[in-house]
Amino acid sequence: MTVDQIIFLIAAASTLFAAFSVVTTGNLIRAAFWLIGALFGVAVIFAILHASFLAVVQVVVYVGAIAILFIFAVMLTRKDMRDQGAQLNRNWKFGAFLSALVFAGLFFLLRGWGGVSKTAAAFPSDFDAVAELGGALVSPDAYVLPFEVASVLLVAALVGAVYVAYNHK
Amino acid sequence: MIPLSWYLIFSAALFSIGLFGVLTRRNLIAILLGVELMLNAVNVNLVAFWRYGDVHNIAGQAFAIIVFAVAAAEVSVGLALVISVYRKRNTVIADEIDILKW
Repeated sequence: MTVDQIIFLIAAASTLFAAFSVVTTGNLIRAAFWLIGALFGVAVIFAILHASFLAVVQVVVYVGAIAILFIFAVMLTRKDMRDQGAQLNRNWKFGAFLSALVFAGLFFLLRGWGGVSKTAAAFPSDFDAVAELGGALVSPDAYVLPFEVASVLLVAALVGAVYVAYNHK
Repeated sequence: MIPLSWYLIFSAALFSIGLFGVLTRRNLIAILLGVELMLNAVNVNLVAFWRYGDVHNIAGQAFAIIVFAVAAAEVSVGLALVISVYRKRNTVIADEIDILKW
């Protein structure tokens, strides 16, 4: 076991535990805070993968914006913070079976694939992934069109969210 | 070094947990929390394949950025819908929202 393997295992185990708490805990505010924990764990995984820009974006966008949005939505939609009644619907056993089946299917699919035990080549020290990504996102030869479409999508979502949530009275 | 399979199995587990949340939770906001977990699992996969493939081909990270933008759009519209439904029906339980059912 090398150091990065131990770091990965700790990050992955805590992320999975936090994710499991997100889907099982009864109190929605707590679920939202567990989601923050899971998102931080994924940011650590990105950092281990040398995707430094994505790790920062994960913290800024997910933890800083999306999780806060969830907490506000929870606060806006209840008079009582505690939840009454069952949190899971009647078919939860079927849902658990189906998600276990998806995991088992993916697991066996991965086992049958040859490239799965591949280890990464050493990260090239003169390669600046952030500059490369920034260049690719604005270069006409690369991803400028998807990038602009994503901007339009965000504006449309912003306008749509304001319109849908607006109190028409 | 960490084998690629560790990342893929981790992301498959995260995806399955999110799927469980989407399929079984009764609260609309909790369903959206499950969707966020699934989108994160996809991002882990994309970045892992970028790192273990050719790092000079930045497509994996660019895809992950697009997934971030789509996730932000999805969650903002989704939560706006939840708040709007809550104003009209005074509930956020998915079973009780049957306006479209006749």
